[in-house]
Amino acid sequence: MENEKAQTFHGQSRRDFVKKTGVLAGGLIAAPYLSSQANYFSGAPDVIKVALIGCGGRGTGAAVQALSTKQNVRLVAMADAFRDRLDGSYNNIKEAIKATPERLQVPDENKYTGFDGYKEAIAKADVVILTTPPGFRPIHFEEAVRQGKHVFMEKPVATDPAGIAKVLATAEIAKQKKLNVIVGLQRHYQTSYRELYKRVQDGMIGDILSMQVWWNQGALWVKPRKPEYTEMEYQMRNWYYFNWLCGDHIVEQHIHNIDVGNWFMGETPVTAVGMGGRAIRTGKEYGEIYDHHYVEYRYKNGVVMNSQCRHWKDSVSRVDEELVGTKGRVICDRGVILDHKGKPLYQFDRKNHNQPYQQEHDELFAAIAKGEYKFADTQQGAEATLSAIIGRLATYSGQSIAWDKALASGLSIQPERYAFDAPPPVMPDAEGNYAYAKPGVTKYFS
Amino acid sequence: MTKRTAALLLAGFIPGAALAQNGEPFEAYAQKIPGTEVTIQMVPVKAGEFLLGSPAKEKGRNADEGPQQKVKIDAFWMGAYELTFDQFDIYTDAEKDKTPLPDGMTRPSPPYIDLTLGMGKSGGYPANSMSQYSALMYCRWLYNKTGVFYRLPTEAEWEYACRAGSATAYPFGDDSGQLDEYAWTVANSGEVYHKVGELKPNAWGLYDMLGNVAEWTLDQYDEKGLQKAAAVNPWNKPTESTPRTIKGGHYLDEASAARCASRLKSEESWNFRDPQIPRSKWWNADAPFIGFRIVRPLKQPTKEEAEQFFAAVADKFVGAR
Repeated sequence: MENEKAQTFHGQSRRDFVKKTGVLAGGLIAAPYLSSQANYFSGAPDVIKVALIGCGGRGTGAAVQALSTKQNVRLVAMADAFRDRLDGSYNNIKEAIKATPERLQVPDENKYTGFDGYKEAIAKADVVILTTPPGFRPIHFEEAVRQGKHVFMEKPVATDPAGIAKVLATAEIAKQKKLNVIVGLQRHYQTSYRELYKRVQDGMIGDILSMQVWWNQGALWVKPRKPEYTEMEYQMRNWYYFNWLCGDHIVEQHIHNIDVGNWFMGETPVTAVGMGGRAIRTGKEYGEIYDHHYVEYRYKNGVVMNSQCRHWKDSVSRVDEELVGTKGRVICDRGVILDHKGKPLYQFDRKNHNQPYQQEHDELFAAIAKGEYKFADTQQGAEATLSAIIGRLATYSGQSIAWDKALASGLSIQPERYAFDAPPPVMPDAEGNYAYAKPGVTKYFS
Repeated sequence: MTKRTAALLLAGFIPGAALAQNGEPFEAYAQKIPGTEVTIQMVPVKAGEFLLGSPAKEKGRNADEGPQQKVKIDAFWMGAYELTFDQFDIYTDAEKDKTPLPDGMTRPSPPYIDLTLGMGKSGGYPANSMSQYSALMYCRWLYNKTGVFYRLPTEAEWEYACRAGSATAYPFGDDSGQLDEYAWTVANSGEVYHKVGELKPNAWGLYDMLGNVAEWTLDQYDEKGLQKAAAVNPWNKPTESTPRTIKGGHYLDEASAARCASRLKSEESWNFRDPQIPRSKWWNADAPFIGFRIVRPLKQPTKEEAEQFFAAVADKFVGAR
């Protein structure tokens, strides 16, 4: 892993390293490590205690997946900024695991709300699930690792370069402490992608020449403003539309496809240049994010990954990756590898589809129960996140954004203070509209 | 079938009825969705009698298609086409529906990913990936909006309409070689659904009954359901959220699964990649191949009966799939 990090962050290829060692990047990396400091003590020797930080639909899903593994897992603490979200999540977990009710053991005193509740919730657990809006991930991850906990965290792992730097620094500490970390880029845990990856590594499509990745879909949810909300509460409840919380949809969703590009290339892009804007979704309820981005990512050897994502209803949708090599192409969503005449070289059998969200937890908890140190996804999660972030910086500014320069910039878009009476970094004007980036005007790293 | 469930099905047998309750002729019409220019083409299906299920010798037959039962079906109108997104989205998208939602109804929440999977949305593509609950709520919304009672077809009504008087594996005979003229299956679909109505209709003017998207019916799936089928308007009333019966086969199916009698059973796993809890009540993340069409029973229920019906099939099984 040392090797891998050093190479990647000096702009060199990780691909050779991966090839030589013959392991799945981001998957089953290090050799099993028997930990004498296995980090769970619960009375019953085999009980693994879990804390859920961030009680939205996805966090609730992740908690249920953790509680559905073969290990003797207990949810013992929950934290969310809002009590109503926490209570809803608690009830939904209860309903979802009603066959094993003993697994839900969160007394009222272990339910924490507000901005700081996560610290105490983390303290109660052996494993923490970090599923708040991504803007909070760097500080939550830092605290979890400081307290010596294993981590499942959702992608993306930050919304700005300063957050990425913090996550990478924390990853180093996690590694020293032999803490397993899985990042919810679940394609790495999806059987079809693992099979495709193996074959690309084995040379079925030859050398990769170009890549095309998509997250084109319709509209998402909006929560109406209520008179009692402070601006901070309004933005927290509509976190998708504010960059300090979400990172824009190129970061929050399209990261999956950009990550696949990096994964199969075994590298991260060197530069990003692109275009984007608000063509369809222009109302003030959509905050400051764009509704479309088109980014040309260039890798060190000149390979280009064309990336498009949009939230346009009633337009053609596609969420997929297509990689073109010297000998053939991979179409990931269809699980197919074709030669250049269109003849199938490999077709993944749909019958073997797994539930990748469950797989992540099955593998994590199995390793923890055995005292193994097997998962260090943070690096790859941070690389994918930063790749998406430089895409956003490129479309927002209209400039070419260099990976290294972005990482070194320390650019932060976080508020100075996390509190419901604190001003968020972007405030509405008198009509309730939010300023958004204008290419050629918006500048970074000045 | 109990008296109560018979009442819920809401269609007494009226031989030879030529007029609907309100005196309008029993013929094809276009249902306009109020406040829009969008219409739904409805085709009359006369009352009659047919053999439900397939004969033991039918090629490709499955055990759940028999034994064949002679059943009587009351008259109804049926959508000439599978319901399209142009029609469905007026319910799902508040910006397209200029009138307020009826009391107590909510719109489907948007799915995390677009479940058309790039196969097409506007301009006549079939609405897909919805849960059965979602399809039923669409019927309820349309009823509230128009005052005309619409619902999903029962399994028997669906098959009766699909056969259009035929007793063969396909509405046009037993030769699957002609299926490409009528149905989008894996043989000709390119593994995507197509705009509705591009191929030939059956003898009663119904398009894409077989292939394209498979279609929800109102019945609980029961492997031995045909044995128990009532002689008049059979309906295996839902007792659980899953499985329900789907008819017609779809764009990924072989010809043998796109016969009049073939039945598909819905599964919880049709939403297995939905990562959120609670799972969407409205959408199936892993069943892009399902859709539905609506029917209007000739004998319309009273308002009270209609409300009782939706309470029994939708409210009782929120999120049924």
